[in-house]
Amino acid sequence: MWRTARLVAAKDLTIEWRSRQVTNQVLPFAGLTLVLFAFALDRDDITVRVAPGLFWLATTFSLIVLVQRAFDVETADGALDTLRVAGVDPAGIYLGKALALAVQLVVLETLLLIGVIVFYATNIDPAGYVLTAVTALVATCGLAFVGTLYGGLAAGAKGRETLLPLLLLPVVAPVLIGATRAFEAAFGTDGGDGIRSGVEIADGWPWVGMLAVFAAVFGAAGVLAFGPLMEEA
Amino acid sequence: MPASDPANAASSTDAAAPVVELDDVVAVLGRFPALAGATLRVNPGEVLLLKGPNGAGKTTLLRLCAGLLPLERGHATVLGHNLAVDRSAIRSEVGLLGHQNGLYGDLSVRDNVRFWGRTAGASEQEIAAALAQLGLDGRLATVAAGRLSAGQRRRTALACLIARRARLWLLDEPHAGLDAEGRDLLDDVIRQSVAAGATVMVASHELERAQALATRMVTVSGGLVVASEAVS
Amino acid sequence: MSATLTNAENDPRLGTRSGFGRWAGVTSTGFSRGLGIATIVGLVWLVLFGLVFSPQDIVQDSSVRILYVHVPTAWVAYLAFGFTAFSSAMYLFRKKKSLAWDRVAGASAEIGVMFMGLTLITGALWGRLTWGVFWAWDARLTTTAFLFVTYIGYLAVRRLGGSHQARAKRSSIFGLLAVLEIPLVHFSVLLWRSLHQEASVANPNGDVKMDGLMLFSLFVGIISFSLLYFWLVLHRQRVLYLEDRYEDADLDSALAERRSESQAASNG
Repeated sequence: MWRTARLVAAKDLTIEWRSRQVTNQVLPFAGLTLVLFAFALDRDDITVRVAPGLFWLATTFSLIVLVQRAFDVETADGALDTLRVAGVDPAGIYLGKALALAVQLVVLETLLLIGVIVFYATNIDPAGYVLTAVTALVATCGLAFVGTLYGGLAAGAKGRETLLPLLLLPVVAPVLIGATRAFEAAFGTDGGDGIRSGVEIADGWPWVGMLAVFAAVFGAAGVLAFGPLMEEA
Repeated sequence: MPASDPANAASSTDAAAPVVELDDVVAVLGRFPALAGATLRVNPGEVLLLKGPNGAGKTTLLRLCAGLLPLERGHATVLGHNLAVDRSAIRSEVGLLGHQNGLYGDLSVRDNVRFWGRTAGASEQEIAAALAQLGLDGRLATVAAGRLSAGQRRRTALACLIARRARLWLLDEPHAGLDAEGRDLLDDVIRQSVAAGATVMVASHELERAQALATRMVTVSGGLVVASEAVS
Repeated sequence: MSATLTNAENDPRLGTRSGFGRWAGVTSTGFSRGLGIATIVGLVWLVLFGLVFSPQDIVQDSSVRILYVHVPTAWVAYLAFGFTAFSSAMYLFRKKKSLAWDRVAGASAEIGVMFMGLTLITGALWGRLTWGVFWAWDARLTTTAFLFVTYIGYLAVRRLGGSHQARAKRSSIFGLLAVLEIPLVHFSVLLWRSLHQEASVANPNGDVKMDGLMLFSLFVGIISFSLLYFWLVLHRQRVLYLEDRYEDADLDSALAERRSESQAASNG
């Protein structure tokens, strides 16, 4: 299973490297959403405070695009069928695609973070660097697991462009909530109006715990359910 | 006694156990009964030609033998496994080449064959050999699959099939899209794999060429197997 | 056998009346008729007790009467989704896969979505009348909204097509995944809202003190709506069964047609 996962992940990342679709299209898209948020919200003091939320919103929307792409690659020339016939371990396919998706997400998030710092004049408290990094990693795992699972369910189906957001967005809500709260703690964002002055870095860690539970639950569910889901033509 | 006896590779119990045994099989696509009671028996080492009009059910029959479609009615055994019980058991031993090639457009030819080969446990030599067998080891090896011509993509898909070392080959109109040289190459490849112990089922409209290859011919029509004749 | 369901005029199970009367008796049995009558009686009681007999609340006046519908619909919606999850598990984890469980899961989800929609609407109305707000971001409401959207997604997944078994497998897996995600959503929203200590807006969905006749009316509501739920699921899954059988029965005539193609080909 792990061997298959490595092969599949390497394959997906090679495809991305050769086609540069993420770097050329998805990253600009994510960056654009950050800019559009600023346009819509219009007030600098607000954008600073909601920067963590906007970051994770942009990431979530980009997740949908990335998942669509990950499975369109498979269905384009019937590769998914061939994967089935070849008897490649479905759990391995799942983990491999999730891994590749996670790597792409991490790249995306790194650049989004830079974007947030630049566009929203956010200053991250250096003491919060560890929390930020860990949160991002754990949340990314959760997103990758859940995205690959639901992507597999919708793969090749008619109407999948609208089905996937409908299925995925409710599920990632806990990640959105938890990761945003953790980021708020890590950034040391102080609203200045007394509402969130009590947020300290230590407050962020319980959220990371919840994110870890999320990732573990869906990782396990995915390994078990991906095979049966891929099964029915 | 042939040098390589495929029957011994197939099963240890009955030397003449058929590779494929279909008994009154009904398979549906949506609500349409693509196979309406097909009965067929394929012995080890045979090259079976499936002929018949479009829409007769040839593709469905091949996909069923690959374990991709569920059985609605009837009985089907492939390589000793009962398809009604477990369709996934035969997966790694069967190779299907359908209308699509199953390639990744952004990967090079070599990367494609390498991926499909290595997920089936092939070694680097076997992968290189597969590429060489189809004339893909030169300049073409580094070209992205999406930029190849249809014929070249077909050849790449065949290389992937060889690299996976399947025991049962299911080829759905494999000659389509190939030029004369490619078709000769395909025939050679089929002969070589049979010599190495595989069994082949080919659905084709290229009757002359396929008949030269085949050991037996069946006609598929209206979801049924209606005729069978040996080819001399 | 194949003709039974393809020709409504000849179906012996349908009555000889015309129009809607023709369909009377197709999915009813003695049991479901009894259930239906009990439901109607219960609902009549609910109307009487809810609107007429029970007193006005001290604080909320007559707007509390909405609760006699809102609470039962919420209860039924949760019951429906729980049953969908249960049926999905029953389909998936048994040796012999029985499509009946899948149909029940689907019927229950459809009705659950309907009741959940009613819950959200009646809840919003009550909230507006009582507290002045249509909505509040507390754990219960938010989870309810998520449940609603998730099961709309479930219904979409059911319509993805394929064979009955494919639909059943896909839906039951998704149904169980939905069960997994609901506690996660609930828990995270709960934690999230606990951060906001402002007591400025009281929880509009807080429990209302009820006793005596009001409580009794509530129970009448819960019971009669539950009966309604069972009656609806019973009929709906029978209709789904008939639909499935229709598609399968069609298979025999389709097979005959298909085979004749090969005759025609060999003759022509």
